[in-house]
Formats: sequence, structure tokens, C-alpha cells
Amino acid sequence: MAEQQNTRTIDKVNASLKRRYATERRFKTLGLGAVVLGLLFVSMLFVDILSKGYSAFVQTHIQLEVYFDPEILDPEGTRDMEAIARADFRQLVREPLRQIFPEVTSRRDKRALYKILSTGAPFQLIEMVRANPDLIGTRMTIDLIADDDIDMLVKGHIDRNAPADQRRVNDTVIGWIDRLDEQGLVATKFNTGFFINGDSREPELAGIGGAVAGSFYTLLVTLALSFPIGVAAAIYLEEFAPKNRWTDLIEVNINNLAAVPSIVFGLLGLAMFINLFGLPRSAPLVGGLVLTLMTLPTIIIASRAALKSVPPSIREAALGVGASRMQTVFHHVVPLAMPGMLTGTIIGMAQALGETAPLLMIGMVAFIVDIPGGPMDPSSVLPVQVYLWADSPERAFVERTSAAIIVLLSFLIAMNTFAVIMRRRFERRW
Amino acid sequence: MQFSVLILVLLGVMAVAFHVGRRRSFATVGGPTGVRKLHSLPAYYGFYTALWAGLPALLIAGVWVFFDGTVITAMVVEAMPAEMRDLPPAQLGLLVNDITNLANGNIVSGEVTPAMQSAADHLNELRALGGTALAVVALSIALGAGSLAWRAIGPKMRARNRVEWIVSGLLIACSLIAILTTIGIVLSVLFESFRFFQKIPFTDFLFGLEWSPQVALREDQVGASGAFGAVPLFAGTLLISFIALLVAVPIGLMSAIYLADYAGPRLRSYAKPVLEVLAGVPTVVYGFFAALTLAPAIRQAGEFMGLSVSSESALAAGLVMGIMIIPFVSSLSDDVINAVPQSLRDAAYALGATRSETIRQVVLPAALPGIMGGILLAASRAIGETMIVVMAAGLSANLTANPLDSVTTVTVQIVTLLVGDQEFDSAKTLAAFALGLVLFVVTLGLNIVALHIVRKYREQYE
Repeated sequence: MAEQQNTRTIDKVNASLKRRYATERRFKTLGLGAVVLGLLFVSMLFVDILSKGYSAFVQTHIQLEVYFDPEILDPEGTRDMEAIARADFRQLVREPLRQIFPEVTSRRDKRALYKILSTGAPFQLIEMVRANPDLIGTRMTIDLIADDDIDMLVKGHIDRNAPADQRRVNDTVIGWIDRLDEQGLVATKFNTGFFINGDSREPELAGIGGAVAGSFYTLLVTLALSFPIGVAAAIYLEEFAPKNRWTDLIEVNINNLAAVPSIVFGLLGLAMFINLFGLPRSAPLVGGLVLTLMTLPTIIIASRAALKSVPPSIREAALGVGASRMQTVFHHVVPLAMPGMLTGTIIGMAQALGETAPLLMIGMVAFIVDIPGGPMDPSSVLPVQVYLWADSPERAFVERTSAAIIVLLSFLIAMNTFAVIMRRRFERRW
Repeated sequence: MQFSVLILVLLGVMAVAFHVGRRRSFATVGGPTGVRKLHSLPAYYGFYTALWAGLPALLIAGVWVFFDGTVITAMVVEAMPAEMRDLPPAQLGLLVNDITNLANGNIVSGEVTPAMQSAADHLNELRALGGTALAVVALSIALGAGSLAWRAIGPKMRARNRVEWIVSGLLIACSLIAILTTIGIVLSVLFESFRFFQKIPFTDFLFGLEWSPQVALREDQVGASGAFGAVPLFAGTLLISFIALLVAVPIGLMSAIYLADYAGPRLRSYAKPVLEVLAGVPTVVYGFFAALTLAPAIRQAGEFMGLSVSSESALAAGLVMGIMIIPFVSSLSDDVINAVPQSLRDAAYALGATRSETIRQVVLPAALPGIMGGILLAASRAIGETMIVVMAAGLSANLTANPLDSVTTVTVQIVTLLVGDQEFDSAKTLAAFALGLVLFVVTLGLNIVALHIVRKYREQYE
């Protein structure tokens, strides 16, 4: 009787095994699928950005032989830089185009022809003459920046087979560019302007130089404030604070601040720093203050973990030979915890570098052409520059935005890698 | 420029004070041979003098710089002719702006009247005066306090204890900044919201169904009703956050389970950091991805299936936001799943359960509170997320549950209301602060509940 029961149970189990193993396999596949999907998202994101942005690191130039005509530049021969800078440099870049395309005569066609060069091309010449006034009267082959539409055409982002009304470059212009190309006058060079120029409405002239400088000053302010304050707060809370309601309150506060939406910090910056204290809008100083408040929780939490990992025997040894508590902490505990604190600070800085929303609130979204020279000058930062360009309709800005993102991500990856290496190198297991 | 010079000078004074204080400690005991008669190490006497020379002056300088802009502006306004002073606040603000620009030598928007010119000159005068006065005050305080400290040095003085007392005061002050920040956030948001609720009733804001914050400048203006009902914003925020959680929770949870219980150590050591990369990518990058890659793709797919999809659909923003919060869900779930004791798993295996049965019937129920906490934290992230929705979601406040439609969110409205030129007393600007208040309260509530659940659960197995 008992045996019969047993066989029946084992039969039941055996009968259900197939179904149960199938469920098991399904569940496992689901889990693997989730991991693969997650990894897929990461690669999709990076591939998308890279494929859109890599071409912005080169820029199309048109090689023209420019004659620095003294008649136009310096008719009186005074070599006065002020007067020369006011001369009509556009004539210089137009002349060689007219020579290459003598058949272009109508006003409209001429205007279209001149537009294959960027409006920044004459400024290139001004800078050259400013650097070397002896150029006046000489002939020289110069790579002039092409207009952004031409740049897109040469890089193949404009479909030549699309109907004429759906592309920004018409057939005549394409014909001209092809002729220039046959003569070997179209060159793509490394885009240095992208890294040193400030913002511009013309995609081919816009660069991230100003934004990088703004990010640099903002991070400088953030680092100068958040590192000492964060470390000091962590030292107090970990080494000196008595366990009471006050320190509990501070702890709860720090944990909550770490999860407050970043835009709320922007509201704080706007209401306090700008409206109440009257600090200048759009300044890296205010951005740095806001980001300091945002990154403090990260730094405090990391620094406390670092202090906690220093074994009590170190403290006891120091106290045992007669050091005061302050001496124990500053001479022995803090130096041992420093690598961990620095790692936390770098990670906090990486967060601050990628932060956008609070900086929109304090006016760092303004269109600023000049490269800031200090933390009080109005400026933008790298992620805000990405946001501003992402709003622009020109195809060329898509490419530049992606390139700016690539630069931003490279900075972040570099910082995080540095933090990981530092942790590996200096972390001590007690 | 002047201010940074002053700071450098003060730092120099501190260095000198350190040196002088240390020398005096030697002098009072008759040279280096008498060091043992001193109460503290000589350097502490130096630190003591330096701290007294530097700290009060730096403190005064800091407070001064924070407030001198406001004070000087008030003084300039005070000195203006009566007809300029009595302008309504908004116009007065513009005027003061012009005067500041004039004083800085920038371009001025309107015409420069002699009165403005004189006000600008007055401003420059006051600024120069203020700079000099600050320098004089700060330096005399530095020298005065420093020399007092210097005179007090003697072999009996307990310099180390005093220095340590000051340093621990500084440490406490630094740790109080966290509390000050919270108070600052609450005050700044609450104060402006209070002004907003004086103009718009609280209930209209919280329960109103229409949102169009354009306040009419003229009586008869069309399309500027100035309605401040925030329900469509709340609905939009919830819709997008819901979509995000719908993406992030299954993927995050399943990958956490797989990595914790199935994956070998090699896959685990590679896949985990790669997934966490998603948390480190700046949100503006996700926004760009959503607006320029995913939204057009969804639109094309919709057109292909014959659906009308808005180009700023809630779906695109929600999906990308979901990708962003996957690592939050997965790493928090991973922590709690790993915290479930192995003995529970072993017991289930011993009874003949398969791995998936163990996970679903033993591990997950045990880890559930922690997982819920993680999901709540992820939800508060999603609600407070700004850049993705600013770039990929719409501006029109539609009250809809259709994910293919365009909706707007609380954060989008805060940004659109506050970016650009603004005057600080219109209901439009103040509304942003009221929205900020709601955002702060909701996310704070979610965080407190989530942290409470997580902490309470963790204690159970320890």
C-alpha cells in the first residue's frame, strides 16, 4: 500500500519533470535575453553616436590660390593693421573662384558660387595677414573652409539621387564641386577648428572650445569647494560625531540629497545664488556652486566608506603612543583613506561634468561665442552645448553634436578609468 | 580681480602669521633648546596664529562678496531721482540692468539718459569704494586678530587644544552644509511657491485640468488664458515614467537574477560593469539618442503600421528613460538577491526544486521588499529626470493615456518656464517653483519610503 503510494508520487514527479525543465529553460533564456538586451542597448547607443559623429573630426576645405592684392588690402601702403582688417577680404576669396568658373556670370549664379565657401573663409585670411603682414602682395594656395552644405555633400550625407527640391544643394553646385574635385582642389583635413572655436550659428565654424573652457572652470570651482568640504564632513561624521539625533538628521539629509532630482538644485541656484545674492547669470562660478551641492553627497558617502575601511588598530596604535584624536585622524587615518576619497571625488566630478539640467536653470544656455577667460565670464558647458546643438535643424549640427558627445564621453571614460586604476593601484586590503 | 588678489594677500598673511607665531613660541622659551617647556609642538603655535589671522578676515570677505551686489544696487536705487525710483518693480529691474551694463561698459538696450549715466557713475564709485573698504576692513581684522593671537603665545598656552577646537568647529560646519542645502532648497522653492499660490489658488493648481501658462499681456489677447492646472503635467510625467518602468523593471530584474544565480563568474565580471555604463552616460546623450534616433524610428514604424505617431511621442522618451534606469533596478536587485542567505536556496534545492522554482518561490519573495525599494528609487529617478524629456517629449499639455501622443512633464515645464528672459513676479515664472515644490516633495517621499523599506529588509538577515 505504502509502496504503491510512493510509486505514484514518483510517477507524478517524473510526469511533471518535462514541463518543469521546459519552464526552467524558458526562465533561463529569459534571463539571458534580458542581459543580452541590456548589452545591446549599450552597444546601440555607442554605435549610433559614433557612426553619426566620427565624420565631424574632418572638415572639407577648398584649396584656392589666393592673391593678397595690395590694391584691395592696403591701397595706401600704410600697413596699418586696423585699416587692413576692415578691407574687403571677401574679394580675395571670390577672385580665384571666378577664375576657375569663368562661365558663371549671372548675379544669382555668382552668389551661389561664392556660397560654397564658408562665411568664415575671409576671416581665415584676416588672421593670416594679421600674423604675417608680409603676405600682402604674394600668392599662396590656401585651404579655405567650405560651407556646411558642401561639407555634408562631400562627406556623403546628402543624397545626390534625391529629388532636387528635397536636398539643400542643387545640381549646378554639385557640378561645380565635382569639377573642383577633379582638379584635386577639394580636401578633407583634420578639423582643428572644432576643438578650438567657440559656438557659432554656422555649423562649419562652430566648435567646442568655449564649452570645454566653461566646463573646465565649472569643474575647477566644483572641485575646489566640494573636495575639502566633502572630506571634512566625512571626517567629522565618521571619526568625531557622537551618535545622536543631530548626526542622524545629517545622515538622513545626505542620503536624501543624493536622490533629489538635479533640476531642483538648479531652482535652488536660481533663487539663492542669482536672485538673492546677485551673482552673475551664466557664470561658471554659479554653475560650480550648484554642482558642488549636488556632488557633495557622492563625495561624502565615498569618503566615509574609505575612512570606515581603515582598521581600528591604526587608530588604537596612534592613540596608544599619545597622539590626540585630531592627530590620529589627520596624521594616520586620513592619509590611508586618501586614495578612496580621491576615487570618490573623481566619480563625483564625472557626474558633475555630465550634468545639464541645473545649469539650464542658472542661464548657462545662452548663445556665447567668446571663449570664457575665467569663472566669472558668461559661458556654456559641454553637455549644454550638446543640448543647444541638438536643437539646431542643420544636418551638419547633428554631426557636430555627436562629435561633441564623443568628446564628452571620452572625458568621462578617461575619468572613470583613472578612478578604477587608482582604486586597483592603491586599495589596501587589511 | 580685486577680490582674488585680496584672497591671495590674506593667504600670504596666514603664511607669514604661521612663521611668526612659530618663531615667537621658540623665543618665549629661549630658543630651540627650550622646546620641551612648551605645552604644544611649536607648529601648533604657528597654526594658531595663522588661523586667527586668516579665518575671521576670510569669513568677513566671503559674507561681504555675497551681499555687496544687493547692497550696492539698493544704494544706487536709493540715490536715483524720485521719478526713476518710483517705477514699478519690473521696470525698475530693467533699468537697474541697463545701469549695470552701462557701468560695465557693455551695450545698453535703450537710450542713455543723463540720470542713468550719473547712476552708472555712482555705481562704479560705490563699487570702487566697496572694494577698497573691504580690503581695508579685511586686512585690519587679519592683522588685529593675528597680532592678538601672537601676543597670547606663551609656554603655558594650550595651542594644540585650541587649534584642534577650531578645526573640529570647521569640520562640524562642513557637515552642516548638507542640512543647509536641504533648508535652502525647501526655503527657495517654498517661498516662491507661496507667492505663486497668492495669485493662483492652491486647488486650481493641483486639480485643474488645463495648463497654458501664457499670461495675457493685454486684456483682449487670444490664446493666453493663463490656466495653471497641473493635472496634465502630472499625467504626462506618470505616463512616461510608467513606460520607463515597464522597460526597466523586467530587463533589470531578469538580468540581475541571471547574473546572480545563473551566470558564470566570467560573464558576470564583464556584463555587470558594461550594464553600469548605462548609469554613467550623461542624460543629455540619452536625450539626443531619443530625439534623433529613436523618435524618428518609432514614427516610421508607426506609419508603416498605419498608426499616427507624434514626432515627440511619450513612447520614445519613455523607452530611452527605461534604458537609462535599467542599471538602477539591476544593481539594487542584485544587492538584495545576493543578500538572501544561501541556506534558503539550499533548502529549496534539497526539496527537489529546480533553479527557476527556487528563484521564483523562495528567493524572490524573500527579496521582494528590497526589490520594491529599488523600483521606487528608480521611479523617483524617472520622475525627476529632465534632459531626456526636455529633448524628446513635447511641450503641449495633453491629458492622454496614448503613448503615441505627445505629452509634457513637470520637469519639461520647469525648464521651459525658466529658461530665457524672465521677470520674477509673473505667475508664469513662479509656477515653475510650484512645480519644483511638487517634484521635490514627491521624490523625497518616494526616497524616504524606498530607503526605509531597503534598510528594514536588510536588517532581517543580519
